[in-house]
Amino acid sequence: MWRKLHSLPGLFAALFLTVLAVTGAILSVSPALERSSAIVPAAGEVSVAQLSERVVANYPGTQQIERSPSGAVIVYYSRDGAQGADLVNPLTGQGIGQYEPSAFFRWVKDLHRSFLQDDGGRMLAGAMALLMVLMCVSGAFLLSRRVGGWRYLLKPFKGGGNHRIHVELARFAVIGLLLTALTGTYMSAVRFGVLPEAAGSEPSFPAEVSGGEPAPAGSLEALRNTDLNNLRELVFPYPDDPQDFFSLSTRQGSGFIDQSTGQFLKYQATPTNSQIVDWIARLHTGEGLWWLGLILGAAALTVPVLSVTGARIWWLRRRASGKVLNNADDTTADTVILVGSENNTTWGFARELHEQLTREGRRVRSVEMNQLAEEYPQASMLFVLTSTYGDGGPPASANMFMERLRRFRNTEGLTFAVLGFGDRQFAKFCQFAVDVDQALESQGLDRLEQVALIDQQSTEQFNEWGNRIADLTGVLLALTHNPAPAARFDLELIERADFGLEIQAPTSIFRFGVPVTQRRFRGIFGKGPGRLPEFEAGDLVGVFPPDNKAPRFYSLASSSEDGSLEICVRRQPGGLCSGFLHDLKPGERIQGFIQCNPDFRPAPGNTPIILIGAGAGIGPLAGFIRKNNTHNPMYLYWGGRNPQSDFLYKPELGRYLEDHRLTGLSTAFSRTHEGAYVQDKIIEDAPDVRQMIEKGAQILVCGGRDMALSVKQVINDILRPLEMDVERLKREGRYLEDVY
Amino acid sequence: MKKILFVLGLVVVMALPTYAQAKEVTFTTQLNNYRGDGAYLAIYLTDSEGVYQGTLWIAGKKSKYYKHLRDWARGSGMNRADYDGLTGASVTSGQTLKMTMDINDSLIDSGYQIRVDSAVEDMRDNRADVVVPLTTEGTGKPVNGRGYIHSFTYDL
Repeated sequence: MWRKLHSLPGLFAALFLTVLAVTGAILSVSPALERSSAIVPAAGEVSVAQLSERVVANYPGTQQIERSPSGAVIVYYSRDGAQGADLVNPLTGQGIGQYEPSAFFRWVKDLHRSFLQDDGGRMLAGAMALLMVLMCVSGAFLLSRRVGGWRYLLKPFKGGGNHRIHVELARFAVIGLLLTALTGTYMSAVRFGVLPEAAGSEPSFPAEVSGGEPAPAGSLEALRNTDLNNLRELVFPYPDDPQDFFSLSTRQGSGFIDQSTGQFLKYQATPTNSQIVDWIARLHTGEGLWWLGLILGAAALTVPVLSVTGARIWWLRRRASGKVLNNADDTTADTVILVGSENNTTWGFARELHEQLTREGRRVRSVEMNQLAEEYPQASMLFVLTSTYGDGGPPASANMFMERLRRFRNTEGLTFAVLGFGDRQFAKFCQFAVDVDQALESQGLDRLEQVALIDQQSTEQFNEWGNRIADLTGVLLALTHNPAPAARFDLELIERADFGLEIQAPTSIFRFGVPVTQRRFRGIFGKGPGRLPEFEAGDLVGVFPPDNKAPRFYSLASSSEDGSLEICVRRQPGGLCSGFLHDLKPGERIQGFIQCNPDFRPAPGNTPIILIGAGAGIGPLAGFIRKNNTHNPMYLYWGGRNPQSDFLYKPELGRYLEDHRLTGLSTAFSRTHEGAYVQDKIIEDAPDVRQMIEKGAQILVCGGRDMALSVKQVINDILRPLEMDVERLKREGRYLEDVY
Repeated sequence: MKKILFVLGLVVVMALPTYAQAKEVTFTTQLNNYRGDGAYLAIYLTDSEGVYQGTLWIAGKKSKYYKHLRDWARGSGMNRADYDGLTGASVTSGQTLKMTMDINDSLIDSGYQIRVDSAVEDMRDNRADVVVPLTTEGTGKPVNGRGYIHSFTYDL
């Protein structure tokens, strides 16, 4: 619900909101500009009487003196029948220059509050402000749901690309945006009479004046008692009109002053409610609060970026989920397909199933697992197609499924089948699918078919599962979905460094570049075939071995801005892809594609980063260190076999230590007389490690599964005195693993 | 006292235009391109000393801004009864306001003046933007304003 409330109005209003935000940001500079040129005496330094005296001395035809909220003093005067307006120095009363409000700011202001369309436009702008409030609130709810609760709202965000930009910016700006949107809504509501205006605070004109000889403005008591910094405006009486009077308006109130006695003829204090209204307007415009104006302006500048990234997120989600055709609704569907997907790949399979079932006359309902209804009264078949995310957890569109399932009401004759998607290379292969299968059973549903697990999006396995379902249900199915392959590109081996040959553990660092022949065809935007795609250290590259079947994934040790793609690979005994790579000679080519892995990154900021790896797992860690140009504290624990043979990245690490990209290095070698493993080195440093974690350090582990398990145990031991554990660090995004 | 009589006279004239001796007068107010929001205008009658006698027209609908029509506001005391039914929309920069009223014959060529105060949001207030005596001779002759008003003409 929140997502719809967020994305649909957002798309609808993106253009208007962008106009409001950009113009608002421009206007936000105005108070600061005015302030910077204004001369503002200290409180109590200049009274309105003194100011009037000085101004009148310079401008005998003074009609009106105004003080803007930013402190600029303007005098309106007539001289030889002509009217003028000057900025004056309040300390001397001398003119600084002609007062001419900027035509540009005026135009921007009109664009901002009415889209240059008078009342209709103002109404639209007001509606947009209200919509912005809605966007802020719904966005906050969306984010809290995504990160797993309000408490985690400010924790490092897991996710990449548009999502990351959108969330990081929104988190920074939401308070400012909410403040401007709320105040803007209020101002608009008052203008159009939806909310009552503050009661008029103007006293009525005095009926009688003393009629005595006018005294000089500088001698009038009421003006002597008013500090310049409280002044709004002072209107002078007409010369030679004994019935006239001074009109004074200040922050505290307004009234009329007898030009002879200098006493208030009438005075009315500004009522509290109109002071509040005044404050709301100031909070919106930043008038007299230049620093707030600048903050709000900066916050507003995020809106165009939020609009673009938001639209892209929406578009990508929509394209991938692709709007299932002929979707039945919850109450009438006889078949339900629930989809759990992180990046919508699983939706492709679900669509295929949906279409074939629909063709066979079923009324099919396909939704995200998170949209599980409380019951499906007509349904006889419930299919769950889901991937697994992270360490056996649910993917994004299923993270609330288990909770919702508890409220699910089983209906007579409802059977289910779970189909999991995953990759056997990972430890908890399809774990979430298995968990869902169990949960559905314990909810009392009948199993139509055992949980089936599909490795690496295999079309054959999907087809076989379809055939089994067809046999069981009598519904004809011929499932043939072939997921669109990721964009592949050619890579040419530039150079390689070989290690560990002597100890029968050949491990090499490979550096690939764009093939020479392709470099000539650069696209206009540099995105043509002549350039590497975007990636960062910690992302994965999928490499196709010669038989070109399923790709293998390797962690990247470089970023695209380094100009080459670097991986560190150990030759596995009998390994198809690692063998293929190890047999490559410089100049030879492979095919690959990038898979983003934005969760595996060191957190920005100044908290220490502890990198732990063994063997070829050093690859992405070395990449992180290389990019640590801000010299955040980074410590590397790394385990190899023999310092003479497989000390990967030895010269580079030495350099990084020298230029402080790496703060500390601790190595362990297992095939020496010491016979130490990386976890032994961590135990040695236990007090330091504990202290760093207590201070908020983040741990990144990369390497084989056994090493990762040992490290986890060691860290748990170290954390015990703090009454913490690795699981908690993981939840906080402070313990990341890239394990194979 | 004089003022009250006048006001009564004006009201009667407007209520019964065919009854009294009255002239239909057209007022044409053309604004400058001052590049601002819609201008608030007060068109009113004063005696030869500039003392307020009665309201002819107020352009601008939000009464909370009327205080910026300074002379008129002071003279009329901003009594609603003084301007009720005599208000219309504000006038946009560069536009012309044209309106017609019946005015008692006795007011013409008797030393009365027509004055216009003008005000624009965030810009200066102009008291007596236009001052012009109401005479038969002056009919059809444009007078230049000194604020937002480019020219003001009345046609008897």
